[in-house]
Amino acid sequence: MSNESLYQEIILDHYRNPHHSGLRDPYDVEVHHVNPTCGDEVTLRVQVAGGVVQDVSYDGQGCSISQASTSVMTDLVIGRGVEQAMQTSEAFLALMQSRGQLEPDEDVLEDGIAFAGVSRYPARVKCALLGWMAWKDATAQAVAASAGGAS
Amino acid sequence: MTAVLPDLANYDVDAVRADFPILTREVFGRPLVYLDNASSSQKPRQVLDAERSFVEQHYSNVHRGVHTLSQEATDAYESARSTVAAFLGARHEEVVFTKNATEAYNLVAHSFGNAPAGSPFHLGPGDEVCVTEMEHHSNLVPWQMLCERTGATLRWLPLTDDGRLDLTDLDTLVNERTRILAFVHISNILGTANPVDVLVARAREVGAFTLLDGAQSAPHQSVDVTALGVDFFALTGHKMLAPSGIGVLWGRKELLDAMPPFMGGGSMIEVVQMSGSTYAPAPERFEAGTPMISQAVGLAAACDYLSAVGLDRIAAHERALTAQLIDGIRALGGVRVIGPDTIEMRGAAVSFAIDDVHPHDVGQSLDELGIAVRVGHHCAFPVCRRYGVAATTRASSYLYTTAAEIDVLLEGIVTVQRFWRR
Repeated sequence: MSNESLYQEIILDHYRNPHHSGLRDPYDVEVHHVNPTCGDEVTLRVQVAGGVVQDVSYDGQGCSISQASTSVMTDLVIGRGVEQAMQTSEAFLALMQSRGQLEPDEDVLEDGIAFAGVSRYPARVKCALLGWMAWKDATAQAVAASAGGAS
Repeated sequence: MTAVLPDLANYDVDAVRADFPILTREVFGRPLVYLDNASSSQKPRQVLDAERSFVEQHYSNVHRGVHTLSQEATDAYESARSTVAAFLGARHEEVVFTKNATEAYNLVAHSFGNAPAGSPFHLGPGDEVCVTEMEHHSNLVPWQMLCERTGATLRWLPLTDDGRLDLTDLDTLVNERTRILAFVHISNILGTANPVDVLVARAREVGAFTLLDGAQSAPHQSVDVTALGVDFFALTGHKMLAPSGIGVLWGRKELLDAMPPFMGGGSMIEVVQMSGSTYAPAPERFEAGTPMISQAVGLAAACDYLSAVGLDRIAAHERALTAQLIDGIRALGGVRVIGPDTIEMRGAAVSFAIDDVHPHDVGQSLDELGIAVRVGHHCAFPVCRRYGVAATTRASSYLYTTAAEIDVLLEGIVTVQRFWRR
């Protein structure tokens, strides 16, 4: 099969052996996101403490792109400061919206650079963003809740 | 009396294909194998030519002028209505042009919702609407919305494990409180052909109106709305060789003339005063504003094309391809048909699941082989849930599909299995 540009070995590895998968305690916020065009879904939990993403756990069903992208995302955000993780998330979003026109920065996106090819397939971009958007939503809620609690 | 069987031996699929310019396309360097017909069909030259020559020679607005072009355009538009009526075994004035089948269902649902208390179309708390669990969202969500607006209750006929309607509780689910029974003729996701006669008979017993979703039947088999015995029937043009943007609601004339309008505007009125308006009879009553004119001409050309090839011959051709595909899938192993796995009472859309490979990945991989299939929930979320899948891969043949293309698909499935299981 010739679509290696889409299905990079890194993507297939994450798909077959996803990192940080399964739902874990403790967590601050749980969200459920769906991709209405294909029915893929993810339930994702986030724990944030001291401005740092302590844990992200998830359970979902979806295609190789959505599953692998969620796995890569957890590698890139767990243990990082919320602000830095959000910046990484923005960099990944920009890559996905680039239609193949952006050279990804491996220092920032690490395994995420394997998804550069996905940006040329507009129908699959939503797949690649499913887990990221769920994480961003959950983390924003967690941060807002802790800010509310502090005041 | 001898039954006349369609002469399949003389079905010249190559001659049919020659009428469809797009079928010579290549995708990723391979011949296009277009198996997404349940989603939308390709268009023959005859349809494109009819639209083009109408626009180049006769185009004007309709029903609005005395000038020559206005008359010619009106004649073409109304002649298209007659052609579609004949195609469905219906009367000219029973054919309402809509933008698609979805609009047709919304038209009926909104019209019923606008009916005042005392009207035969009025719904309120205590009344019921019945659908089936295999409806396309287009024939489900408008009824959910109608029930929300009126306080009526939505019920549905469930499905059996082999992809059929479970009619065990038909007499309970369709009862004296049922105002309308809306159901699909042939399922877009399962391929199931439903027993219209059984459902219509029960609806008549309890005095419920019937609406049949013909989006997947009218393109593929001969349809006679009078013989079907339903009150309403809808189709969409783009699935039957016509342009997108044109569909049909057929309804019994006495019902259409008595139903409240759906949308207000020009063309649908009789007398307009500042204090209020009266409405034109059907079909104009339901065609507010400038309609889809050249698209209607294109739809008529599509009906003529299908009739010339012969709906019975097309149905027999697709039946052979469907049998080939289902048998082929069964022989592969590791692939499960979602829906009836025999050709009895089914259409040409075949949904399947490949073990351990997500449909999105199946579709992407098949695309690289030039094969166009649909992946996803096919606007039938509840069906996917019923069969425990998030999505399916669906291959759907049409009059121009060849046996060789079905073989390419079956080989493609094997390639997908190899790639994703290594």
